[in-house]
Amino acid sequence: MAPAAVIPRPKLAVEYWLLTYRRNWKGSLLTSFLSPILFLAAMGLGLGSLVDAEVGSGRDLGGLDYLDFLAPGLLAGNAMMLAVNESTYPVLGGFKWYRTYMAMAASPLRGRDILLGHFTYMAFRVTLASFVFLGVMAAFGAVSSPLAVLAPICAALCGMAFATPTAAFVATRINADNFSTYTRFVIMPMFLFSGIFYPVSQLPVVLEQIAWLTPVWHGVRLCRALSTGSGVSWELAGHLAYLVALILVGTLLAGKSYTRRLYE
Amino acid sequence: MSLIAAWGLTKQFGGFTAVDGIDFEVERGEVFGFLGPNGAGKSSTMRMIGCVSDPTGGALRIMGMDPSREGTKIRTRLGVVPQQDNLDEELSVAENLYVYGRYFDLPRSLLRSRTAELLDFVQLTERANDHVEPLSGGMKRRLTIARALISEPEVLLLDEPTTGLDPQARHVVWERLWTLKRRGVTQVLTTHYMDEAEQLCDRLVVMDRGKIVAEGSPRQLIERYSTREVVEVRTHGQVTVMADALRRLGESPEAQARDELYERVEELPDRVLLYTDHGERLVALLGEVEHESVLVRRSTLEDVFLHLTGRSLVD
Repeated sequence: MAPAAVIPRPKLAVEYWLLTYRRNWKGSLLTSFLSPILFLAAMGLGLGSLVDAEVGSGRDLGGLDYLDFLAPGLLAGNAMMLAVNESTYPVLGGFKWYRTYMAMAASPLRGRDILLGHFTYMAFRVTLASFVFLGVMAAFGAVSSPLAVLAPICAALCGMAFATPTAAFVATRINADNFSTYTRFVIMPMFLFSGIFYPVSQLPVVLEQIAWLTPVWHGVRLCRALSTGSGVSWELAGHLAYLVALILVGTLLAGKSYTRRLYE
Repeated sequence: MSLIAAWGLTKQFGGFTAVDGIDFEVERGEVFGFLGPNGAGKSSTMRMIGCVSDPTGGALRIMGMDPSREGTKIRTRLGVVPQQDNLDEELSVAENLYVYGRYFDLPRSLLRSRTAELLDFVQLTERANDHVEPLSGGMKRRLTIARALISEPEVLLLDEPTTGLDPQARHVVWERLWTLKRRGVTQVLTTHYMDEAEQLCDRLVVMDRGKIVAEGSPRQLIERYSTREVVEVRTHGQVTVMADALRRLGESPEAQARDELYERVEELPDRVLLYTDHGERLVALLGEVEHESVLVRRSTLEDVFLHLTGRSLVD
């Protein structure tokens, strides 16, 4: 008797990632707590006390304290960093070192189930870490609007706007040789120059315009508006659309490169 | 109807032809082997059967279905033991079975009972809650076999199931595969071990450079491509000198009178192989030729294999 046909679902692939997460959720949650505490204490309070003492700085920061300005930016930047981590080594590992994807491909799961399963898990990780981040922000008194509860979702979208094209690229790689170059010279500059630590208007015009193109700038604008309640306007819909478009393009590209790698 | 059938099956990677128009059929309940040196196209063929690689040419039907259109449906009914273990080393032994069963959407309660049965079957019950990482190679391979069985597949695909295992571990794996065969599980395996093919396969094909060069049961292949026995004659002296002496022996009127003494002479660096149907009679005549030692053995698939695919190294 043939067993009933399985309806393949990305959900079944997500279960695998959740099972591995259950193995190390404590460590990962602890990191999610500590990293914002360190950043907010050092930069928000330490550096922030100098910035706030500077006459006129409040005007440049849109009338915000430095901590209030910085914290939502870090929320988006942190989501980006985590998403990039999750979409580099674990993705290459799925093809090459642990061959998790290959094991899945031998089962009824299809390429798109494997891909969407992993992306869903990445989104879950980044969302969870972002909510923890928001909790720490609140504890530091860096949240001033109830809309802030939506900020972690936007941070996660910002993360996935990085994770999906990154995974698409990683799936074409034979080894991890270019990963640190990518992190150091693509991701790190975005972390530093996309309005997390200061408004991009402080930059030379050329750099400012480049910053507008980076997904993280859009993520920062969203998170900052939601967590401070200032600057909530239709502009936010534009930022949101930009991130969603990038996620869709990244997913399509990843679909292509995953299929090529899995079924070559 | 055959469970698996291929006509002119071809796989090309760029300009390279890995599988070059092969035909074969696998019947329900049999153990079918692809025997061949590295690079013969065995794994590429297995990947096509496993529906993770589309054929470039020819036709392939698995359980009556076309893998390029119904791959998902076919994979639901296959169990795959890949050449390279891809167990999750951070999960426990039981979790590996559980999570793999979930890919088939099998319910938790069913997976619990099947996991217990399968761990018992592959003798890993005591290790159920241990991590996979510290397990021996043989245990990991057994676990991979158990994992492939979690969905109670109709066909088990085994790509070099015992490569890299020590002799004890190999025998345990063979014994398990034998038990599965008795239960009627169809198995398709690749191997470059002759003893493995002889032990396990009802029928096999010998592949070389993407083509099938011979097909039959192990016994048939030996009968067709080798002799009943092989006499191995060793010498301290010059192998060529001894080989010439042995050839003259075979051509002597005395030997010719008692029909052909041997079919083929093969020179190796330290010995000469005589392929013969009359091992003992040949040995009796050897006194005339200077040699160090002599051994009469049954012909094996290895002789067939080397005869068909040659002794030169394929890389």
